[in-house]
Amino acid sequence: MRIGVVTFPGSLDDGDAARAVRIAGGEAVRLWHGDADIHGVDAVVLPGGFSYGDALRCGAIARFAPVMETIIDAARGGLPVLGICNGFQILCEAHLLPGALTRNQHLHFRNRDQHLRIGATNTAWTNTFTEGEEILIPVKNGEGCFVADTHTLDELEAEGRVVARYTRGNPNGSQRDIAAITNAAGNVVGIMPHPEHAVEALTGPSLDGLGFFTSALRHLAGVAGGQLTGGATR
Amino acid sequence: MARVVVDVMLKPEILDPQGQAVANALPRLGVSAISSVRIGRRIEIEFDGEPDLDTAREIADKLLANPVIEDFSIRVDEQAGDSAQVSA
Repeated sequence: MRIGVVTFPGSLDDGDAARAVRIAGGEAVRLWHGDADIHGVDAVVLPGGFSYGDALRCGAIARFAPVMETIIDAARGGLPVLGICNGFQILCEAHLLPGALTRNQHLHFRNRDQHLRIGATNTAWTNTFTEGEEILIPVKNGEGCFVADTHTLDELEAEGRVVARYTRGNPNGSQRDIAAITNAAGNVVGIMPHPEHAVEALTGPSLDGLGFFTSALRHLAGVAGGQLTGGATR
Repeated sequence: MARVVVDVMLKPEILDPQGQAVANALPRLGVSAISSVRIGRRIEIEFDGEPDLDTAREIADKLLANPVIEDFSIRVDEQAGDSAQVSA
């Protein structure tokens, strides 16, 4: 399975994301922001960092990159897309996910290992987890405070689209402790903390992040075998 | 000079921690009786010819403001040439 990892000017975690794909057993394909061709990949990861220097708003300019026009169309057609940190911000700016990520309420950059509780497990990126499972992965952001209007928040909860919540402390003031959400179809997931930094014992606080990448491979194997594990089944 | 000014502000219901931090610093200046400070962004767009408000509105709606969390207003800056001279 070929999973594309996009590099924007200012991306920082594209290398780690590609590495996580390989450790999970997939083939990582590097994609370039200026190239509208996504080279037939089966899924895409939008990595963390500061694309375009966070000019204007985080993710606002990346959303108009040539590669994003292709990814937005493909995501609407069911392509699994995972946005991590800045990638989550880009997905919100592209309106593939609702809400927005704003300045951390306390105005401080937060960089620490963070406990999360998994909610939705019927997405393309979380089907190897169990609902209610607690995981530990790094969080590092200055603008990770998830906000949306009350109607949108209620809808996300009613439809089971909250993928993960912060537990044992909310690092940025996100409404309803939301750390990750999915779209209605379950193929697009945005997450503020960094699963790609928790895939090896040497460098991560756990191996819990690996599940996001193995989930995508399992989802794609299910699609290939005619048995869906998430995403389009919803 | 054909300048259009776009003002972008966080919606009233969105928390503005930067504005709060500024408001909290005001007593150190000896300023009281301020109930709220909110911070926005002013963007100046220079057109080659006549200012095109429709184009400016499209730019603001698609890129300059995020309608999920921000409102914007648009106006033609009639004093653009004069004010540039004054500030110089």
